[in-house]
Amino acid sequence: MSTSSYNVIGTRPPRHDGADKVTGRAIYAADFQMNGLLHGAMVRSTHAHAILKRVDTTKAAAFPGVVAVVTADDFPQTPDRIVDLGEGETPVSHLRGNVLAKGKVLYQGHAIAAVAATSLQAAEQAAKLIEVEYEPLPCVLTAVEAMAAGAPLLHGGDTNVTAHVHHAMGDSEAAFAGAAIVIEREFTTATVHQGYIEPHAATVLWNNDGRVNVWCSTQGSFVVRDVVSCLLDLPVSAVRVTPTEIGGGFGGKIPVYLEPVAALLSKKSGRPVRLVMSRRDVFEGSGPTPGSMMRVKMGADADGKLIAAQAFLAYEAGAYAGGMVGAGAMCVFAAYDIANQTIDGYDVLVNKPSTAAYRAPGAPNAAFATESVVDEIARKLKMDPLELRLRNASREGTRRADGPKFRRVGCVEVIEAMQAHPHYSAPLGEPSHAEAKRGRGVAIGYWFNIGLPSSCVISVNADGTANLIEGSTDIGGTRTSIAMQAAEVMGIPVDRIHPAVVDTDTIGYTGVTGGSRTTYATGWAAHDAAQDVIRQMKLRAAKLWQAEAVEFADGVFQAGERQMTFAELAGKMSETGGPVVGQASVNPRGAGGSFAGVIADVEVDTGTGKTTILRFTAVQDAGRAIHPSYVEGQMQGGSVQGIGWALNEEYWMNPEGRMMNASLLDYRMPTILDVPMIDTQIVEVPNPAHPFGVRGVGEANIVSPPAGIANAIRDAIGVRLYHLPMNPPAVAAAMGGQK
Amino acid sequence: MKKTYVSMQLNGEPVEFLAEPSQTLLECLRDTLHLTGTKEGCGDGNCGSCCVMLDGTLVTSCLVLGVEAEGRTVTTIEGIAAGQKLHPLQKAFIDHAALQCGICTPGFIVAAKALLDQEPDPSEERIRLWLANNLCRCTGYDKIVRAVQAAAKEIREEKQA
Ligand code: FES
Ligand code: FES
Repeated sequence: MSTSSYNVIGTRPPRHDGADKVTGRAIYAADFQMNGLLHGAMVRSTHAHAILKRVDTTKAAAFPGVVAVVTADDFPQTPDRIVDLGEGETPVSHLRGNVLAKGKVLYQGHAIAAVAATSLQAAEQAAKLIEVEYEPLPCVLTAVEAMAAGAPLLHGGDTNVTAHVHHAMGDSEAAFAGAAIVIEREFTTATVHQGYIEPHAATVLWNNDGRVNVWCSTQGSFVVRDVVSCLLDLPVSAVRVTPTEIGGGFGGKIPVYLEPVAALLSKKSGRPVRLVMSRRDVFEGSGPTPGSMMRVKMGADADGKLIAAQAFLAYEAGAYAGGMVGAGAMCVFAAYDIANQTIDGYDVLVNKPSTAAYRAPGAPNAAFATESVVDEIARKLKMDPLELRLRNASREGTRRADGPKFRRVGCVEVIEAMQAHPHYSAPLGEPSHAEAKRGRGVAIGYWFNIGLPSSCVISVNADGTANLIEGSTDIGGTRTSIAMQAAEVMGIPVDRIHPAVVDTDTIGYTGVTGGSRTTYATGWAAHDAAQDVIRQMKLRAAKLWQAEAVEFADGVFQAGERQMTFAELAGKMSETGGPVVGQASVNPRGAGGSFAGVIADVEVDTGTGKTTILRFTAVQDAGRAIHPSYVEGQMQGGSVQGIGWALNEEYWMNPEGRMMNASLLDYRMPTILDVPMIDTQIVEVPNPAHPFGVRGVGEANIVSPPAGIANAIRDAIGVRLYHLPMNPPAVAAAMGGQK
Repeated sequence: MKKTYVSMQLNGEPVEFLAEPSQTLLECLRDTLHLTGTKEGCGDGNCGSCCVMLDGTLVTSCLVLGVEAEGRTVTTIEGIAAGQKLHPLQKAFIDHAALQCGICTPGFIVAAKALLDQEPDPSEERIRLWLANNLCRCTGYDKIVRAVQAAAKEIREEKQA
């Protein structure tokens, strides 16, 4: 079915929350107000690794205006166990230890204690009076150092390596021996932050009836519910989480930081308590996503067929186990059909905040390595880099080293769209000055996307509209992309559907807004709930008309000569049996993975080493673009985050583990002046496992930009960079021997 | 410390409030006056989400003290629409999908309005230069530039009509 056979899908209606968000009326977490609200402030570690010898809150508790002070000792000390509360399998002690340190601090910025007071000023002053005595320990800041013998150990035992993933198929060693060309290179990437503009914020009221009410900015209200109830040793039903509007997340607002602490403060004070992170807290106490060291070796025959590949990936886990290397290991060669592969990935503890997902977590690092090596192979073989990729592209039936075979995927179609794009054949143009050099690079990338449960309820109004409730926080227009799928089924315009994101008491369990799953899975639930509505309304029409069978198409119910629009029949609900409420829940296992690619033109100033992005084209397989503007927006946003990752962003740590650039001035995210327009081309290879063919588009777009830019810089200056970020000093240094 | 009495014009209406000496205008707007449309992304002048107009000049309200607003005129995102009618920038941001999460949007709209009030037909380069202090992490800026261009065009056409 082509897009044009749909009435709603593929159109670009205004979003339902648009007016609220352009007038300042939308309530984000820090905007939430409540009578009797207390303001909280936290004490955070000034050391990257230290034993907590003493935490004395006496003076803070006596400070005027202070109502409650809490430390890790205030948590119920339940026995440790492994839980999976939406962030993967984690010991409770790690979740608890990350929100308030006990015994030891593991990174600078690690929360130690919190104060609630009648004003923010009082809370902040009182927090300064909390006395913390540290016994500093040596710290370790990169995966490579942390894996070395004799490295300081974060959690005891005999190693900082918390997991080793190993995937293999065929015999890569033997295959290398028969390759015409073998390239092996080592790459490193800096730790980077998700960089959402809204700092974390939460308000909690531990009510007098024993129920805990939470209002917060989160990608997953049910994750917050489950973590809060787990850490406070309450049944899940005792906690109600209302997600406010959310100012960006990108994976970094899946972990729970503030809510359990605010809950403790509320329990002690008997009043609602709000905690808000400062920007420094965000950098030092949330996120980031792992820095990494990767060694990738690939071999090809003389025709450019990739025959063998090996990868060694060491990713920072941060302070607790459970980093992003698993996904990195699954994605590192996913774009290619290579018979012989060996992949080893290591999750390594370092004295940095516990790492969090960031848009296709783990994949951009790996793709930077793989796509750089593939580029080098193409150069050596004098092959067009897209032609080489096309020759090796994964397609339906291609087996990945981690086991599964691809179902229908759009890797080939994405590469073909890149080849056919006018950008790819356009001239680069003359450099803007004598010291400048221009180059073009390409890269491709893959991300799985996930399934997980979603629920949706649709109630029909007598005026022919419908109210749709769901539990997926809307970070980028998903109220509308979900409602559009219901509208398509119900045959009504999407502005007749009023979508609402509701609290955890009001809707069935819904997984995080993450993994590119919201339009896919919650949209699927909306599709099914809308079908449930139509099924019930057909029965109403049958009753009204005394008809055997009622047909429904394009918003019209019909039996023989008789017909009625959706709105007309909705007006007869009360006489045909009362309200019509449709509902559905889904739990798709896996989702249709998405391939994406970029074409990047750069100009490098060989004097300063500064790279300017001249032109940038992003191509991605959306499966089906429900709302093309929002798909483009995801592609553009992911591209620019990738540009920042490539050229500037990094945690700049001193040897003591102190972040030296914990502000938006010094952690240089791209501004509007740093980037050109981002051209987009949506490819649609429908996902056979979704009613409308949706694949999910949030993440794959960030995977290839760093590699594409690295390849463009190589094209411009003739030197390849092996470390991210490729900032001006790094580029200048790389050219050092060259100029 | 004693609070200071402040009176100012806020979105066309007189308001009076008490400010702590160290409270920023941003905190006074949000916490005291409960106008939470102006956002705090950094608190140190580097994200632009707290942009307001102070006596007709674009400022980051996290770098202005509440007491400095005494006797002055402040316009926030809440004062941009004309009653029920959205400002062309507000409408263009919706129509051109120039917001995703929307946290940066009030700052961008206030800042872009300050530009269009002075320069009805800015080039793309000029728009990018003017908005360089406003960070958006979601959109990649493409659709923001296009929305500002579209709003500028609409305002020019409205004026001619
Ligand atoms: S909060 Fe004022 S510039 Fe960021
Ligand atoms: S829309 Fe999210 S920061 Fe701009």
